[in-house]
Amino acid sequence: MVTVAGVLADAPLVLGIETSCDETGVGLVRGDVLLADTVASSVEEHARFGGVVPEIASRAHLEALLPTLERGCADAHVRLADVDAVAVTAGPGLTGALLVGVAAAKALSLGLGVPLYGVNHLAAHIAVDRLEHGALAQPVVALLVSGGHTSLLLVADVTQDVRPLGATLDDAAGEAFDKVARLLGLPFPGGPHIDRAAAAGNPSYVTFPRGLSGPHDLQRHPADFSFSGLKTAVARWVEGRQRAGEPVPVADVAASFQEAVVDVLTAKAVRACREEGVDTLLIGGGVAANSRLRELARQRCAAAGVTLRVPRPVLCTDNGAMVAALGSALVARGAAPSLLDLAADSTLPVTSVVV
Amino acid sequence: MLVLALDTSSASVTAAVHDGERALAEASVVDGMRHGELLAAQVERVLAAARVARTDLSDVVVGVGPGPFTGLRVGVVTARVLGAVLGAPVSGVCSLDVLAAAADADGPLLVATDARRREVYWACYDRERRRIAGPGVAPPAQIATTQAVAGRGAALHPAAFPGAVPPEYPSAAVLAEAFARGAVEVLPPFPLYLRDPDAAVPGARKGVLPR
Repeated sequence: MVTVAGVLADAPLVLGIETSCDETGVGLVRGDVLLADTVASSVEEHARFGGVVPEIASRAHLEALLPTLERGCADAHVRLADVDAVAVTAGPGLTGALLVGVAAAKALSLGLGVPLYGVNHLAAHIAVDRLEHGALAQPVVALLVSGGHTSLLLVADVTQDVRPLGATLDDAAGEAFDKVARLLGLPFPGGPHIDRAAAAGNPSYVTFPRGLSGPHDLQRHPADFSFSGLKTAVARWVEGRQRAGEPVPVADVAASFQEAVVDVLTAKAVRACREEGVDTLLIGGGVAANSRLRELARQRCAAAGVTLRVPRPVLCTDNGAMVAALGSALVARGAAPSLLDLAADSTLPVTSVVV
Repeated sequence: MLVLALDTSSASVTAAVHDGERALAEASVVDGMRHGELLAAQVERVLAAARVARTDLSDVVVGVGPGPFTGLRVGVVTARVLGAVLGAPVSGVCSLDVLAAAADADGPLLVATDARRREVYWACYDRERRRIAGPGVAPPAQIATTQAVAGRGAALHPAAFPGAVPPEYPSAAVLAEAFARGAVEVLPPFPLYLRDPDAAVPGARKGVLPR
């Protein structure tokens, strides 16, 4: 790392740990400067099961935790003893997986004698953009899309004021990608494979339904989402083809499905900005790595005069840097640390930024 | 020698500090759903009660089960990270050996603990408390015995194990003592799972169109 005098050298060194799903992440951040983002993933162990198996993920976290911690420190050219504060995802997520990270963070806090911050995974997905694009505008609308979450949030201050505007009523967007990928014979996780397949396809080949987007639904559920009907519609279409003995045009179906998802996500996100009178949209979570979502969001935000912020893909998927980024923001605000008896909470509401 | 001992393989969350001669402090709470909440605070408490600075610890030893996975991992990861931070070696000990070391019985001994799903984790010990079989996992009826049985499994399955003797749960003070005396086999600090993760490869997808 290049040594920078002044602000950077003075800011506290914050270590973040993320273990809410299948990624073991360790991040190191000083102020808004990312020093290390080290991730070990058990995704390949889950692939043959078509989804994340919680016990497999928890075992993998325990195996990977210390090596990832050591590699993170090496990447950042720091020693554990240099760490000034520890942040960890306390929820939402898989209980057994969360507990490995939370217990590790407590041991670090206790062993180093530094403060501990148990933080919200979704708020961390928002805070990570500080590392990429600097301090957040206040307020922003945040669209969080991953395999486990699909939410629209109004973020007045990511360290203490995050309000839900809407969320999926059934499947998460990333879950729909996984299920449709399986239908099309593409591997798990579906997101990157559908993105790649769709690149060669025609997004207008089939007009799949846009969930909760009719006039009536828009009144009752302006910021909510639904993807299970879309998944079924794709299944019906594909089965119809197969039953007729016709080939399934995988690229075209992937592109058409993907278009239906990102159309609804971006339309509702831009609409939420307008309704809330907010001029910045932030997108985070694993699905934010989808190339078509990024492109359509860029077009629609430009047309609506909304500033779009999306971190680079590696910071959108689960990682420890996002947890460290939120921890760093909390330290900077002088927020009270968590107690050593903090609990992992698999259903932690997004309104609880720190536990 | 200053040993920090932890065990979260049972419903008891237990921590102790031992100086090689005797246990200086121990804290145990029986609450099978809150290992993750209780353990670190308990470690802080026993260090304070023993008037030991964490940086003075020479060894960390942890019960590696077998036991319910989620709680077990809390103890193992806590021990491993503390050891890394403090530069202290981390050792594992079979938690059933800790129960055997404290068992109130003279002859041969079975240790049986709660493995849930109507099964027990078990191990057999001779008069000198050397483990001669196990650890394993089995339905109680399969290993039923009238000899002395220590551990929670005896209380849960009295028909299979009429000869229940204390203790029901492992104690970190006993773990530390056994480790300090070199009286137990030292294992790598990783859980003894004994069961594979529950996971089934999905079968063919069910269709959505009517047949």
